[in-house]
Amino acid sequence: MRMFGRKKQQLPERHEHIEANLANSTIYVKDLQKVYPSPKGDVTAMKDVNVNVLENEFVCIVGPSGCGKSTLLRMIAGLDEATEGQIVIHDRDIMGPGADRGMVFQSYTLFPWMTVAENIKFGLKIKNMPPQEQDIIADKYLKIIKLEKFRDSYPKELSGGMKQRVAIARALANSPEVLLMDEPFSALDPQTRADMQLLMRQIWQEEKPTVIFVTHDIEEAVFLSSKIYVLTSRPGTVKKAVPVLLPGERDLSLKDTEQFIKLRKEVNLLIEHESL
Amino acid sequence: MIKIKIRKAVKKKKYIFLAAMAFLAVFLIWWAVSGTGAVKEIFLPKPSSVLQYYVGAIQDGSLWENTRISVIRITLGFLIAVVLGIPVGILAGTFKKIEAVIRPLCEFIRYMPVPAFVPLIMVWVGIGESAKVTVIFIGTFFQLVLMVADDAMAVPDDLINAGYTLGADTKKAVFRIMIPAMLPRLMETLRMMIGWAWTYLVSAELVAANTGLGYTILKSQRFLKTDAIFGGILLIGLLGLITDRIFAFLNKKLFPWVEGGK
Repeated sequence: MRMFGRKKQQLPERHEHIEANLANSTIYVKDLQKVYPSPKGDVTAMKDVNVNVLENEFVCIVGPSGCGKSTLLRMIAGLDEATEGQIVIHDRDIMGPGADRGMVFQSYTLFPWMTVAENIKFGLKIKNMPPQEQDIIADKYLKIIKLEKFRDSYPKELSGGMKQRVAIARALANSPEVLLMDEPFSALDPQTRADMQLLMRQIWQEEKPTVIFVTHDIEEAVFLSSKIYVLTSRPGTVKKAVPVLLPGERDLSLKDTEQFIKLRKEVNLLIEHESL
Repeated sequence: MIKIKIRKAVKKKKYIFLAAMAFLAVFLIWWAVSGTGAVKEIFLPKPSSVLQYYVGAIQDGSLWENTRISVIRITLGFLIAVVLGIPVGILAGTFKKIEAVIRPLCEFIRYMPVPAFVPLIMVWVGIGESAKVTVIFIGTFFQLVLMVADDAMAVPDDLINAGYTLGADTKKAVFRIMIPAMLPRLMETLRMMIGWAWTYLVSAELVAANTGLGYTILKSQRFLKTDAIFGGILLIGLLGLITDRIFAFLNKKLFPWVEGGK
């Protein structure tokens, strides 16, 4: 069963921000549209959304609230259905959720009856991976998120930031083709949030996962990503894809550099025009 | 400055002390009122008369026998309701189509008063033990299904979605995520339901019973033996409290991982 019909057969006009080398792309979103039925008639929440995410790319999606950035991510995850359009991951049309697209949610979603290690191993267990291999992978990611000491703790013993670190480890341990992150740090305090951004950037430097990260925090987007998609307000569509030409190795002092501030202002301006 | 704060914490010792004092106060009022002779013994027996009733009933073995048979009836009726109600409730809380079939029907039936079913049950299953078990079953089953469905629905969507994005199919999402996630709430539901089962006991023993605690109360009413009525009611209350505490204890021991658990 096809989930999304391809109704528009004519070639779409080339969006300048979509790189021509689609062969390289991990996720390819084409002419996506989302319409909600309502008593007053259909509401178009999103239309003509085109996104292209390359292998090992860290892409952030920002936009005014209500622009559908989280919905877009959930559609890529297969948790939400598009009304029209196409989402392709490595040449396959996506049909519902799957282990190839790991996700970290805004809310805390660790399984509370499992220890930290058991949470990280959940996806591997589902795949029937031999227990020894599961342990090796769990240990590797416990080290990456610096929570070795909490291996056998239950989620209730962890702080919010620690929970999200485990959620990231749990998704990555499953070696997904793309890691989807839906405002994962928005419930954290500013200090923890900055620490998490730094850790996330380090993880990306070392592991080079393909990431799509939704946030409403522009500074966060600029700091983390290699490319930012700015969405317009409802009906949400891609306003601009902004390449983030900053050094690969990043630390928090980057946020004070002229280059960074300039980029942040540029993205800010794009969104401000939308909120008016 | 606010001196009395809403939900301000209280030390456990103090809490237990206050609870004990409340019991004691009620007992003292009872003792005082009945002791003055202002109220006739037939309306309010003396604590000593109730005690005397207990002594007599223990000596002739009727207290133990009646308690035993009542406990068996409750256990059976409740167990059947649980064994059938939990799977049905989980299905209704998991799949909307099944919910559509089950929920409105259960909502309708649960508003029917259980005692009204008694004559019907006598026609259907006779007047034996099965009739009493059926009354308790009917009283608890429909309510249980609805509450279990709510417990299943209370599992956060994103917990299940996290499972999906980690490679779980729907079957695994139900068995490895939904059911383990809802277990603590489910135990709370069972705890509440067993309390209700005790209240249906008296209705159950309206069915041509000649044993049981409910029957003792009804029989005593005919002979205006208020001391025995008091004795029966107090004993049911006590047994209810004990089962409730057992469930509360189990919940704490079985699910130490629950967030915000005391």
